[in-house]
Amino acid sequence: MISRRRFLRLAAGSALPAALASCDRLAGSDAFNGMLRQAQFLSQRAQALLTGPGAMAQEFSEDEVADEFRSNGTAMPDSRLYRQLLAGQFGAWRLQVGGLVARPAQYSLAELQAMPSRTQITRHDCVEGWSVIGKWTGVPLAQVLSRVQPLPAARYLVFHCADPMDGPDAAGSAYYESIDLAEARHPQTILAYALNDEPLPVKNGAPLRLRVERQLGYKQAKYLMRIDAVERLENIRGGKGGYWEDLGYEWYAGI
Amino acid sequence: MHLFHVRALPARPAAAASGRRLFYRHRLPVRVMHWINVISFFLMLMSGLGIFNAHPRLYWGLDSDFDAPLLSMTARPGADGQPHGITQVGNHVFDTDGVLGASREEGAARQTERAFPSWATIPGRQYLATARNWHLFFAWVFVLNGIAYVAYTLFSGHLRRDLLPRKAELRGIAGSLRDHLLFRHPGGDAAKRYNVLQNLAYLGVIFVLLPLIVIAGLGMSPRLDALFGGWVGILGGRQSARTLHFVAAFCLLAFVAVHVFEVIVTGLWNNLRSMVTGYYRLPADEHASGHSERVP
Repeated sequence: MISRRRFLRLAAGSALPAALASCDRLAGSDAFNGMLRQAQFLSQRAQALLTGPGAMAQEFSEDEVADEFRSNGTAMPDSRLYRQLLAGQFGAWRLQVGGLVARPAQYSLAELQAMPSRTQITRHDCVEGWSVIGKWTGVPLAQVLSRVQPLPAARYLVFHCADPMDGPDAAGSAYYESIDLAEARHPQTILAYALNDEPLPVKNGAPLRLRVERQLGYKQAKYLMRIDAVERLENIRGGKGGYWEDLGYEWYAGI
Repeated sequence: MHLFHVRALPARPAAAASGRRLFYRHRLPVRVMHWINVISFFLMLMSGLGIFNAHPRLYWGLDSDFDAPLLSMTARPGADGQPHGITQVGNHVFDTDGVLGASREEGAARQTERAFPSWATIPGRQYLATARNWHLFFAWVFVLNGIAYVAYTLFSGHLRRDLLPRKAELRGIAGSLRDHLLFRHPGGDAAKRYNVLQNLAYLGVIFVLLPLIVIAGLGMSPRLDALFGGWVGILGGRQSARTLHFVAAFCLLAFVAVHVFEVIVTGLWNNLRSMVTGYYRLPADEHASGHSERVP
């Protein structure tokens, strides 16, 4: 006969590994993780409510700028087109802006630099956990939007980049990201062409990258090629609104 | 978190006709919130270690001084061609191979470079996105449960009645400490109340460590840092907030270790039953005071 106490002890002893194993099974389930990920929209609402829509990301002083702005992800796009553009010092590069806009347009780097600019010293927070402070100069995205005029149906901007993520020139694998229009019109949301008073280095996204200062690093799309205004994200690529989002990261990267 | 919890609870009939007294120690809301807390704490801890593994270094300040982390858990090539785990705190290097820095995942032939071992993280196989999905979901469970608990302690009188030590008890700290170290535990009516060390430990956890870990966690949110033009500076900056979050997590883990140890040495089944059913059997009164009236 097994005593009640011994039975309970065995049950407790086997319950812990069993609980850990079932946790791990759940953590391997895309459906379960997808359910947990819905908490991001609760976080997004709570944070918007708490901070208000216009809250400004903290800005820092010149002497707090890091000597070296760490590069993460792609440091040099493995793309023939990009190498050609770089060789021509981006003279042939154009930013395409289209989708649900009244006036689709394309801009050269010089044209973007001729628009009103904003300079901000902000902290870049990587999803991995580290931070680095840099000084960015660029054109507020709101300036570009006022020129192309998004249609009423447009809800998001999708940023398509030059860097293929699945190997050399891999078609359909270019980095991409998206933000909503409210975030796009925030005064600190800029298309940056300079870092620390120098032209944007290749490892940091030359010739143009997005800065969305109230969100994590993976939102700050580098090597911009095209911006599309869209109504929904579901039918684009993996449907989650970004390269990392399609791999399980939260679309709302404010936390 | 709530071992002794009984002052002034209404009397309920004893559930067993044993020589010793059974009595109702933990009310239902406290029991439910306790177990929600247990589950969400461990899921937060393990997914948090999974997040830490993505960048196993801690810094102090506004941003990351990559050349001078306060703490790092990394690996260097070992003699056998496998990664060899080391932990560095300031200038001190510790050999933590097999556990911190590099360890073997279940079923693997070779060690993998990873800060915390796979048995301690969610998910077991390193993946930051999943760790974040879990952490940021259970953060809501943890915080809402915590808010409900604090509201309950305030409005039910639990805080004033059970958690705040009395003046006389504060003077007895040294005696209580000695009793704990000698494993002398209160019996009889004295076992119905939290002792003073419990009071202080619980108050420290509920009103210092838990708020700190939540605030430091929120301080890592770039959107929330937009509040008040950079309030995270109060904590020393975002990287300091990350370090404080980590330190607070291990202080909580240390509390849990002591708590579970005390639960075991003061009667595992009796304590577990009281946190499941509410009923606790009073330990025999060592001083044989002779009081045997039904309590309270």
